[in-house]
Amino acid sequence: MRTFDYVRATSVTEAADALATRPGARCLGGGTNLVDLMKLGVERPATLVDVSRLPLDTIEELPDGSLRVGATVRNSDLAAHPAVRYRWPALSQALLAGASGQLRNAATTGGNLLQRTRCPYFQDVTKPCNKREPGSGCGARDGVHRDHAVLGHSAHCIATHPSDMAVALSALDARVELYGAQGARSVAAAEFHRLPGDRPEQDTVIGPGEIVTGVLLPAATAGVPSAYRKARDRASYAFALASVAAVVRVGDGVVTRAGIAFGAVAHRPWRARRAEEALIGAAPTEAAFEHAVDLELSAAQPLRDNAYKVPLARALAVDVLTRLTAAART
Amino acid sequence: MASVPTVLGAPAERREGLEKVTGTARYAAEQPRPGRLFARPVPAAIARGRVTGVETAAALAVPGVRAVLTHENAPRLVEPDDATLAVLQDARVPHRGWFVALVVADTAEAARAGAAAVRVAYDAEDHDVTLTAAHPASYVPEEVGGGYPARAEHGEPEEVFGSSAVRVDVAYRVPPLHNHPMEPHASTAHWDGERLTVHTSSQGSTVVRATLAQLFGLPEERITVVAEHVGGGFGSKGTPRPDVVLAVMATRHTGRPVTVALPRRMLPAVVGHRAPTLHRIRLGAAPDGSLTSVLHEVTTHTSRVKEFVEQAAMPARVMYAAPHSRTLHRVVPLDVPSPSWMRAPGEAPGMYALESAMDELAGELGIDPVELRVLNEPDREPDSGKPFSSRHLVECLREGARRFGWSRRDPRPGSHREGPLLVGSGVAAATYPVQVSPSTAEARALPDGGFLVRVNATDIGTGARTVLAQVAADALGAPLDRVRIEVGSSDLPSAPLAGGSSGTASWGWSVHEACTRLTERLAVHAGPLPGDGISAHADTTGTADTDSPWARHAFGAHFAEVAVDTVTGEVRVRRLLGVYAAGHILNARTARSQFVGAMTMGLGMALTEGSTMDAAFGDFTEADLAAYHVPAHADVPEIEAHWIDEHDPHLNPMGSKGIGEIGIVGTPAAIGNAVHHATGSRLRELPLTPDRVLTALREGRTRGR
Amino acid sequence: MGSHEDRDGDTAPRRYSDTTLRVNGKPHTLSVDHRRVLLDVLREDLDLWGAKKGCDHGQCGACTVLVDGRRLNSCLLLAVALDGCEVTTVEGLAGDGEELHPLQRAFLDRDAFQCGYCTPGQICSALGAITEAAAGHPSRVTDPAAPSGEPVRLDKGEIRERLSGNLCRCGAYPRIVEAVEDVIP
Repeated sequence: MRTFDYVRATSVTEAADALATRPGARCLGGGTNLVDLMKLGVERPATLVDVSRLPLDTIEELPDGSLRVGATVRNSDLAAHPAVRYRWPALSQALLAGASGQLRNAATTGGNLLQRTRCPYFQDVTKPCNKREPGSGCGARDGVHRDHAVLGHSAHCIATHPSDMAVALSALDARVELYGAQGARSVAAAEFHRLPGDRPEQDTVIGPGEIVTGVLLPAATAGVPSAYRKARDRASYAFALASVAAVVRVGDGVVTRAGIAFGAVAHRPWRARRAEEALIGAAPTEAAFEHAVDLELSAAQPLRDNAYKVPLARALAVDVLTRLTAAART
Repeated sequence: MASVPTVLGAPAERREGLEKVTGTARYAAEQPRPGRLFARPVPAAIARGRVTGVETAAALAVPGVRAVLTHENAPRLVEPDDATLAVLQDARVPHRGWFVALVVADTAEAARAGAAAVRVAYDAEDHDVTLTAAHPASYVPEEVGGGYPARAEHGEPEEVFGSSAVRVDVAYRVPPLHNHPMEPHASTAHWDGERLTVHTSSQGSTVVRATLAQLFGLPEERITVVAEHVGGGFGSKGTPRPDVVLAVMATRHTGRPVTVALPRRMLPAVVGHRAPTLHRIRLGAAPDGSLTSVLHEVTTHTSRVKEFVEQAAMPARVMYAAPHSRTLHRVVPLDVPSPSWMRAPGEAPGMYALESAMDELAGELGIDPVELRVLNEPDREPDSGKPFSSRHLVECLREGARRFGWSRRDPRPGSHREGPLLVGSGVAAATYPVQVSPSTAEARALPDGGFLVRVNATDIGTGARTVLAQVAADALGAPLDRVRIEVGSSDLPSAPLAGGSSGTASWGWSVHEACTRLTERLAVHAGPLPGDGISAHADTTGTADTDSPWARHAFGAHFAEVAVDTVTGEVRVRRLLGVYAAGHILNARTARSQFVGAMTMGLGMALTEGSTMDAAFGDFTEADLAAYHVPAHADVPEIEAHWIDEHDPHLNPMGSKGIGEIGIVGTPAAIGNAVHHATGSRLRELPLTPDRVLTALREGRTRGR
Repeated sequence: MGSHEDRDGDTAPRRYSDTTLRVNGKPHTLSVDHRRVLLDVLREDLDLWGAKKGCDHGQCGACTVLVDGRRLNSCLLLAVALDGCEVTTVEGLAGDGEELHPLQRAFLDRDAFQCGYCTPGQICSALGAITEAAAGHPSRVTDPAAPSGEPVRLDKGEIRERLSGNLCRCGAYPRIVEAVEDVIP
């Protein structure tokens, strides 16, 4: 790890200024991924702008029924918040399915969104990786890629985004709030992460000098049945092989609202828009779910050793959708 | 003296327990000294070739960096017996991750930054790291791990197999596995004038001392090697690893105390791994279930640095009565890191394959898998023809079946469904050889009425201090709390390493003998003891290492119940039960912990642990504890370990067999067999991860249509 | 928090800062290398070797300590960012005049360890988990309908899930779970 300067920001504007004006500056939240990557030599910041003590550590219920989550709220606190547990349960479940108790106590909402892929080639500075070192090649495409993407990958990168939380945020139509030199803006969580294309070094749409200030959970998905399910190699403390977050409402015997996102299958949480469209107006039957999910997954392009992810993602989605709508079928 | 009850077998509390739960137990890297430096190795970034240049200026310019050692300036070593220790001696790169430089600095942070700044130029050569059963470079070695012959054949196994009424001909694969003890390998070395002291994380410091003396051309009397507390080893610390050599090099080069604590990610390449094994098993049987022919052929890999052959066909020489048999090992030298011991080398992968094949045979025959094993119980050890000193496998199977509720099992695969879960149970046998090595020990009676026992045993978590004190108290006829014991330093009477489940037998034998002699001396001593007491010494050379006319092995039976999630392919173990026949159990408390711990590692081998050799880069992809999945709390259910009393007069004065490894041996097959019983699908490659299980379930459904 | 320039001169970035920590009740002000993590401060600077370095990347839990009462992986915490924090390590668990915390006693009684290297982290993590459950924090296996804010009862399944961030290669898990059960109020 190379040496770096350290600045503790006391306000959002100060943090954004420091980030914009200091070359090679990076934000430090809980540090669970950034410090890990600095030790590996993957991240080499010249300055750390410590944002962990910014006054962004609150969860606020807004009058319109939405919920604003500050960027420095810790994952464990977010998962335990009653509004999240009972009105957006997919988010609480996704958070609790991730990492360990210790890591959830440290990791922040903003940092979770900005965490980097766990692709082993990205993590090893002695190997080629277009994400870490643009133009160096992709070691994973012809290498060991059982954990890699089956959707939306490119010739340049087949990495997946490792977050569980972000998958739930995507399905729940959350928005990510940003602040930078141009002022504040927000983007849909489903659009916050990018597909790799020919610029895999860019994980998200965040601009230079921008920081994540919070996440907004919309009233539209509050109280709508939602759930998160993940499959993994060990019973806890492991990244997903595939996961799904779904939010679905049934009225008058048909699906009236559907949000579905897959995790660990793409460079970003994969919002299943085609499946959602196919479900709106359909009866909530297992056959309808299978049909809709198959439509979505028909776009999958599995690699040599990760074809299992397609049926796994399918089974997870059908299972979660079926459970969420069980009451409506009886 | 007869009034003191025997303490052998009692559940005595760990003697070092207080230090461990309060955080005061010190491990090898936790040895601060004034001026201590920290050294970090630089691993090779190619799979095969030569170092053509090492640019160290940038590293030396990093604040706090004191030195960079390379093959050009590192101290010269006398050529070691173990070639993996010949670090920084030449430009050759035999595998990726081989150390090519060492950065020594004031702090660990500076050492890390310095290591990142070292620029190494290579002349890379084509490499081959891919093991296949038909690899053209495979050969039959002279001997395999443990010193056994690579091939053994009786009768006409091929012919008899071909004409057998019932046949199983199957291939299994066990992937590379990593020991990953919780304490990464570490060593701290310093000089006091002419005297070298090394704290190292090792399973045996007597061996480390001898090795360092040889490598650095020093008399053993000038070296002290301490391994007071060791954070696990599981074979990977059985003999010295490069960390201790580098620490001594660095302290010699700088004149300062130096700690080398290997980063977790470097371990897979330099401390050994369980080599992958490709198994072909053929079992021929008569319709009544009696085996006619057993063929177990194994192909594995070794490195270019040294030949190490996982002895995975060995258990087939021990287990079942079959008039015709072949056990054969082939090995392929590849440009891979050097494999080495990992808990139950040979038995663990070998019994996974053999006991899975036995389960398949039971299915073919329509015979209960417990009964199939019982009816193939041999009178004598099949390969050697020697009588068993004791063998209570059948009793283990029967007792395990009773405790597990085996008789309530519906034998039909896929017969038990709970919603999305398929539930099944499986059984497998286990075996592990009795091994013992000569050891020395000293026992001293002190004027205050206490006793001091000294032996360079190593407590890697087994409870060696505790059980040896029990052995001593028993032999002395003294209360346990009057016996003090010193272990973990090469300044103590020399002793073999904690490995091969032989530690307690080897050390205990010499402790028993020293204490017995001391008792005899005390019996004839008149008057008060002199100030420094009276002592007796024992050396079991010539007794412990004599060839036995008996075939000596521990046996066990494992039972597992699993639930397979048909949505995800995730397998969870619900129950795991082991019953062992391992001689006299010397401490019920620590023995149970060892059995349960090894079964947990077996659970990992079955379900979660596997490493992948990257064909393009020549290293293990699962390099850290996030990617290499050792079982976590949530994976591990209630685990029961039981034993049956076994009185075997042909072992050692305590009547004990080793217990540290047998727990892993049958567990993977029991779990795999349970998955087959649950699902009807037979998976023949470990670990049974969701991708494989889900694929098998889908293929099973397709076949069923 | 104070800062000072390093020896590379005025234009070079600062590499050290003064940081004050309270560790096991005692205040310490240290000039820390920005790169130094809490784990190394505890071990190398404060001579508290109880927290262990098992992976140095938040993948094993052996370094777990309590920071302001919450369990965290000390290997991933830059010390410079902890200015003013209260840290409790395994060495600071026993109350005044006590030899052992009840959980330490339970680990001994249950033989809940073998090599001992993960043990301090297991104990600190368990104490953090017990506090979290008492505060009503759910885990992955908590009934989703459980009422908010009420303590979560720690059965074996809850303990296993909540302690899954602490690996034990010796396989003492069942005994650790029993030890934790022994001290649950």
